[in-house]
Amino acid sequence: MSLPHFCPDPATAPRFLLFTGKGGVGKTSLSCATALKLAEAGKRVLLISTDPASNLDEVLETKLTALPTPIPGVLGLSALNINPIAAAAAYRARLIGPMRGLLPESALRSMEEQLSGSCTVEIAAFDEFSNFIGNSEAVKDFDHLIFDTAPTGHTLRLMGLAKAWDHFLSQNTNGASCLGPLAGLEKQRAVYEATVRTLADPLITQLILVSRPQSAALREAERTAQELRSVGVCNQRLVINGVFESSTPHDSIAQSMVLRSEAALKAFSPFINTMRSCILPLRSINILGLAGLRLLLDSHDATPAESVSRTDTHWVAPAFHSLQHLIAEMEKQGHGVIMTMGKGGVGKTTIAAAIAVLLAQRGHPVHLTTTDPAAHLADALAGEHQGLTLSRIDPAAETATYTREVLAAQESQLDDAGRSLLEEDLRSPCTEEIAVFRAFAREINRGENGFVVLDTAPTGHTLLLLDASEAYHRELERQSGSAQPQSVLRLMERLRDRDFTHILLVTLPEATPVHEAAALQEDLRRARIEPFAWIVNQSLLSSGSSNPLLQRRERLEHQYLREIIEKHSSRTAWLPWQAQEPVGVKALTQLAGSELRRDAALTQNAPTAL
Amino acid sequence: MRTIQVYDPPLCCSTGVCGTTIDPALLRFAVLLKELIQKGAKVERYNLSQQPMAFVQNAVVKALLDKEGVQVLPLTLLDGAVHLKGRYITATELDAFRETVMGNNAPTGS
Repeated sequence: MSLPHFCPDPATAPRFLLFTGKGGVGKTSLSCATALKLAEAGKRVLLISTDPASNLDEVLETKLTALPTPIPGVLGLSALNINPIAAAAAYRARLIGPMRGLLPESALRSMEEQLSGSCTVEIAAFDEFSNFIGNSEAVKDFDHLIFDTAPTGHTLRLMGLAKAWDHFLSQNTNGASCLGPLAGLEKQRAVYEATVRTLADPLITQLILVSRPQSAALREAERTAQELRSVGVCNQRLVINGVFESSTPHDSIAQSMVLRSEAALKAFSPFINTMRSCILPLRSINILGLAGLRLLLDSHDATPAESVSRTDTHWVAPAFHSLQHLIAEMEKQGHGVIMTMGKGGVGKTTIAAAIAVLLAQRGHPVHLTTTDPAAHLADALAGEHQGLTLSRIDPAAETATYTREVLAAQESQLDDAGRSLLEEDLRSPCTEEIAVFRAFAREINRGENGFVVLDTAPTGHTLLLLDASEAYHRELERQSGSAQPQSVLRLMERLRDRDFTHILLVTLPEATPVHEAAALQEDLRRARIEPFAWIVNQSLLSSGSSNPLLQRRERLEHQYLREIIEKHSSRTAWLPWQAQEPVGVKALTQLAGSELRRDAALTQNAPTAL
Repeated sequence: MRTIQVYDPPLCCSTGVCGTTIDPALLRFAVLLKELIQKGAKVERYNLSQQPMAFVQNAVVKALLDKEGVQVLPLTLLDGAVHLKGRYITATELDAFRETVMGNNAPTGS
């Protein structure tokens, strides 16, 4: 397949550019590189991350806030992060601050508590997002607004919200909603309407679907393209990032990498051919800093042709566990919850599926589930799930179930008027937040009677779920004799119980996935949740490749493997890069049994003592 | 026709359906208010987490909040005087309340 290279043109680029796609496909690298290119062509550019676990700071090597911060060294480029939790805190401060001294302390505290729920968090972030798109006054100083969005599930929700709230506000006849008294919402509604209009206008908004030459990433791009078309976002293009072209036809690992990527591109050629598609080649470096970003869009392959020099001769591969070994430790309890967490694209779903397969093979009752609206567990198992039960927390289905339950529970005391009033409030987009949270608690609860392997959504989404869990926990502690189910009441206690819940932080041996996992570990610890182990996935260590680009990437892994062992993790498993996508029971079982051939690693790297 | 003012504790929405638990009394009350509005009553409803200024500006509400704290909410005022404090109306009080608001009898205490 011969596709042009991705190269944004400052002369024709639309005003709003939104980069989206599965986790780990390179949304941040591409959006930063595009922003840099436009700014260096003299445009005034604002780059905005909507990911609660943003990597903009690391890639741009600049400390960012919620306000535009100029990027040193690039005239005309500013960037900011929309962090939902911080946005909610700012929203609370705006509302409560002026009341200090006017209202008693108990009233302020109770306002604070009410405004800490997931609903407030979502609305605060969404308001900031829509303000950058739907409020022309707020962004008049910029020629281009470039959005680096969170992985798909979260982004679909964010982009659908403008329509959902706009619709809800136009239908609702009651006096109030989570957004505030309806009377004061006219200004807000105008912004939401403008947001919907702007996103749908092909002349001013372009959606750039970023993908990789991998089936899972391409499948997700295809689904996203459809879903966003259905909310009106029609100007779309596709960038396939990290396409590997081997210069060493006799190197078996390089060859299988090429074959693997060609097979995926071929399988999705109908989709690729209907989109305006282009590619970017795999680079030999981690894309960090301005120099790295310039290299990404450089049409000349910057990879040096010669083999890399062996400068890192003092490095010896540490002793890692196999995944199988971790599973043997976790199965001792006989039941409980195992969760895979981490940045998008690191292999959480694959690893969760492998764990579930192994536990089932060892005779345990196993339930495999996911909180990721964009994950597809059945795909990872290739439909082979004997001995396992599968489910997923589907936001739309959970909302429908919750709505039905609430109406049924109130049935006896409701007349028609009451019922219609309740139904109306239940149509609020906030209901989804509660429904999803309760489904999460329900799935965790299943760990009482067997193993629950839970594949989480990428970090940002998981952070919000955790924040919601804590907020509900605090609220429930205040209520006495709550009518909530046990699953909800005991959620935090269970997540904190290290015998009951085993959290696995999954990462690639690269800068941003490691640093995102480390930050997530800190967030978990703040919530008094201690991860059980780290898993390094898709490592090229001891691959034996003679391909210069792969050798260089393998060499780059060393510092991150060392960082994990020395700074972040006391129990670490290692999984090698796979020539075939590890799909189905056989491939997953084999993956879990992989051990690092340290002998090979030792010989290769001419070691001294560890 | 009389004027009803309701000062709610911090709420997500008028039925509380967005919170952790649904309070049947709150729902019942929301339905009643809707009915009374349709019948022409003047109803003002304020939510502490969204319109805190309204609580400061009403001298009666402000004084009660200062004296007794946030537990004093919800407050229901009829023509400016406190009618109900610290709770919503119960099922058995519904008819009487409706009558008080709609009825032609002179309002007590004014």
